[in-house]
Amino acid sequence: MATKLVKGNSAVIIGALYAGCDCYFGYPITPASEILQDASLYFPKLGRKFVQAESEEAAINMVYGAASTGHRVMAASSSPGMSLKTEGISYIAAAELPCVIVDIMRAGPGLGNIGAEQGDYSQMVKGGGHGNYKNIVLAPNSVQEMCDFTAKGFDLAFKYRIPVIILADGVLGQMIEPLVFPKKAIEPTIDESWAVGGTAETRGNMISTIMLDFDELEELNERLQKKYELIEKAEVDHEGYQLEDASIVLVSYGISSRIARTAVDIARKQGYKAGLFRPKTLWPFPKDELKKLAKGTDKEFISVEMSNGQMIEDIKLAIECSAPVDLVSRMGGNLITVEQITEKISRIANKRGLK
Amino acid sequence: MTEKVIGKAPGLYKEFVRKGGSAPTATHYCPGCGHGILHKIIGEAMSDFDIQDRTIAISPVGCAVFAYYYFDCGNVQAAHGRAPAVATGISRARPDSVVISYQGDGDLASIGLNETLQAANRGEKIAVIFVNNTVYGMTGGQMAPTTLVGEKTSTSPDGRDPRFSGYPIHMCELIDTLKAPVFIERVSLSDIAHIRKARKAIRKAIEIQSQGKGYAFVEVLSNCPTNLKQNAEQTIEWINEHMEKEFPLGNFRDTSNDVDKIEKIYSDFSVESLDEIFELEKAHIFDTKSGGNYAARRLKVAGFGGQGVLSMGLLAAGAGCFAGHEVSWFPSYGPEQRGGTANCSVVISDDPIGSPVVQYPDILVAMNRPSLEKFAADAVSGATIFYDSSAGQFDPPDGITAVSVPTIEIARKAGSEKAINTAMLGVMIQSGVLGIGKTHFCEALKVHFAAKQKVVDINLRAIDLGSEWARENL
Ligand SMILES: Cc1ncc(C[n+]2csc(CCOP(=O)(O)OP(=O)(O)O)c2C)c(N)n1
Ligand code: SF4
Repeated sequence: MATKLVKGNSAVIIGALYAGCDCYFGYPITPASEILQDASLYFPKLGRKFVQAESEEAAINMVYGAASTGHRVMAASSSPGMSLKTEGISYIAAAELPCVIVDIMRAGPGLGNIGAEQGDYSQMVKGGGHGNYKNIVLAPNSVQEMCDFTAKGFDLAFKYRIPVIILADGVLGQMIEPLVFPKKAIEPTIDESWAVGGTAETRGNMISTIMLDFDELEELNERLQKKYELIEKAEVDHEGYQLEDASIVLVSYGISSRIARTAVDIARKQGYKAGLFRPKTLWPFPKDELKKLAKGTDKEFISVEMSNGQMIEDIKLAIECSAPVDLVSRMGGNLITVEQITEKISRIANKRGLK
Repeated sequence: MTEKVIGKAPGLYKEFVRKGGSAPTATHYCPGCGHGILHKIIGEAMSDFDIQDRTIAISPVGCAVFAYYYFDCGNVQAAHGRAPAVATGISRARPDSVVISYQGDGDLASIGLNETLQAANRGEKIAVIFVNNTVYGMTGGQMAPTTLVGEKTSTSPDGRDPRFSGYPIHMCELIDTLKAPVFIERVSLSDIAHIRKARKAIRKAIEIQSQGKGYAFVEVLSNCPTNLKQNAEQTIEWINEHMEKEFPLGNFRDTSNDVDKIEKIYSDFSVESLDEIFELEKAHIFDTKSGGNYAARRLKVAGFGGQGVLSMGLLAAGAGCFAGHEVSWFPSYGPEQRGGTANCSVVISDDPIGSPVVQYPDILVAMNRPSLEKFAADAVSGATIFYDSSAGQFDPPDGITAVSVPTIEIARKAGSEKAINTAMLGVMIQSGVLGIGKTHFCEALKVHFAAKQKVVDINLRAIDLGSEWARENL
């Protein structure tokens, strides 16, 4: 178990390279730039391909092109750059191309600032660009997961031919923790059934997103929805902490979920039955699991997110409003504090006698 | 332009199955449109150079969006204006491929101008075939960046007025300002004599790709009989008399005989190479024991940039790893660092670490006055503050211990003024506040300064001297 102290952003590139990622296309933006920098350092050392693109739009379209060839390819950016990429992500989803895109979220809207936020939730989890499409969205909460989820992202992207978003934030990107390196490396092969590789075998293949015929396009849309149903059945992932007897359930992902976990420990010491439900996949959202949790018993949920109640909507939908859902949030680059959460827990518990 | 656009040509599919419909050998282009002629020339070149297997053609957004109905090669259709970026991705991923980007003037010179120039400037291994017909054909004949002054279009009903819309953009001339392109030429499809020259230039651009030599750009003056409402004669006159005046024909550059093939690079996916570039032989196996009884430490280190505060934090985190604890480190980043200050948070714990950002430290290291003033008030009751003696007189709040350390003196004795951070660390180690033995810091230090034995030695000495100072003074 070879371990090193590694920055979250660097762990992304480590995960990608061991997972057989062949091309990186990016554009500088804080707090994601170390991903680009590390790519520029390591990709060429392995004869793999790196381009600093002229913009995030160009970068995502390079991804579209390179993904069309059946190779494992990726890009990373931060919120304003992700907004620019959404056109390209819609095309990638429509063309059913596999790729991994990393979003190291910063505070918005607009240029905002470079502090950590989770305000891209809706943009990424609901698709982001035009049309009826979804991205698989993975939400790491440690340096280890920055590496592991990136690698897993490639597997999912190819299993379903779908863009996979790694949704992290400025703190996860900038922090350093011990990273256990992957033990195996993937030597990818090209799927000649669909890729356009510039070879005799793939000469008859074509990647396109234009379909003038309404019925034909509807058929694609329906096929996409079927694929999404499959993914919702097979790929949901979450983690529970102290949930068994919890009457107050925090729901939180990414960096917020770590703060929420500490808050659970403190609330427990104060005598409150708090627990944490942490989605690792934001789409597919673990709605059945949440629904089960909400069933029958007298519980209250709190969405702990560094955004304006974007995930809370999914929680309410998941539990079909069978329990109250509150919000603890900070925005603008401020982190949620443990005290903010524990205060909310005690207020709710005391009000409703949920101790 | 009187040539029929319907008909067989080598390099094009015999029947246009993807198009569907009742006329499987007719194109979707309007009668008399230059796109059809151009397709034949490209198809013929692919066939003659025997590169159809290797070729990937990119269909743009515009009337040629369905170019993949026709080209008998690999086909990728791109978003509006992004064809050169898509081409870049393909060409990089597949070094053996021949990539042809086929684009109209709205696509290439307006919405995709940046991608166009940047791909040219990088010297991507692609052939760009640029169809300049002075209008947006597909969307109904709106003004394009190449529309002539005075030309009437559906968005310049009184003719292009340069006072409000500027002048026609000259793509060959623009690209000719860049160093990387290998081949740049402007040709026309007005009549048979011109088509012959156009054929030659397009074949050259594609041949350069088959040889893997670099970027080639051919601008093709063409027509849009439908939107410009021109018959065959009017088309010839329009291109020869009006367009050519604005866009002079000719070769701008051909260095294909002077340049070497671009080196093809192939990817290495082996685990051995990966382990080597990440220097895993220098990695460690930490015996991390969660749930131990080490009381968590939350440490903030702050100072000027260049005082080694980020390193000091990393050394503490590293020592924590060697001691078998969970650790996290988080820096100030971006503009926060501007103005020459830096700080980092370190958490060392036997429980999973929540937030890596330390707002209320139980150990604060302040290497200068501003840091002391900024963070001292945040220190929790019972905290220890270590500050550099250069920060001057400081009276700690009640319940907080403050230690003034002459780091420069200690570092100088160790052999380098740069070692103030490790001198400070030595003091902290000896004070016992971190609860981690000195050997672990020495291990972390060796990892941190791996390549530089001399630096390791100086810093080990600084730790020792710092510890000694603490023994005598605390
Ligand atoms: C982002 C975006 N904006 C606008 C359009 C609409 N659109 C389709 S074709 C086209 C113009 C293409 O003109 P040109 O590149 O000159 O090619 P031509 O049709 O003349 O061959 C436009 C604006 C689009 N498809 N996508
Ligand atoms: S609209 Fe113009 S450019 Fe498009 S196919 Fe018809 S004639 Fe050609």
